[in-house]
Amino acid sequence: MLLKIVENIDTGEAYNFLQSPCCGALNVFIGTVRNHSKGKEVVKLVFEAYESMALKEFEKIAVLAKDKWPLEKVAIVHATGEKLPGDPVVVVGASSAHREAVFEATAFIMHELKRTVPIWKHEYYTDETVWVNAHP
Amino acid sequence: MELLLFGITKDITGANRLTVPVNEGISTVGALKRWLAQQYPALANLRSLAVAVDHEYAEDSQPLTGSNEIALIPPVSGG
Repeated sequence: MLLKIVENIDTGEAYNFLQSPCCGALNVFIGTVRNHSKGKEVVKLVFEAYESMALKEFEKIAVLAKDKWPLEKVAIVHATGEKLPGDPVVVVGASSAHREAVFEATAFIMHELKRTVPIWKHEYYTDETVWVNAHP
Repeated sequence: MELLLFGITKDITGANRLTVPVNEGISTVGALKRWLAQQYPALANLRSLAVAVDHEYAEDSQPLTGSNEIALIPPVSGG
């Protein structure tokens, strides 16, 4: 399993890690910074992580995914720090013999990551900043 | 007892760490949450507020000691 929190994401690293001759399917999801949110221009995002706990949560999610689907390898990598529109901020990938498992597993991993992993997104607009999801 | 703070809880408290005075007699996660709500009423406006003890989400009934690593976890927004 490739489980990391980094300053700058190397999308090729996850792809190289996931490759395996026994796998006919390799799926990599890349989440990137969008230049707008709720009708406003986004200048940048700043991500903060409680790294030691976030890595433990990554591992729990990866183990759950491997229990649910026949995966050969799993990668979960998230960036911290300042990110500009277009920059990759999260990479989630899986490899398996067949495609159904990796499509489903990567969607599951992203869903769980957004639900439980202690990482926070600070969104900077042209006129204000907001901690995403903080308020109802 | 030391608390680690992240995200919006740093803005609300104006710090990235808080020390809970020993004489407050706080011995559970629930008691800690009640003490925090009194000290920082703006925490009540958050969508949720969890406490992690030694890197695991903790229930209100969980006991706390000074040797635990305790962190406030406001609503997460990774990905």
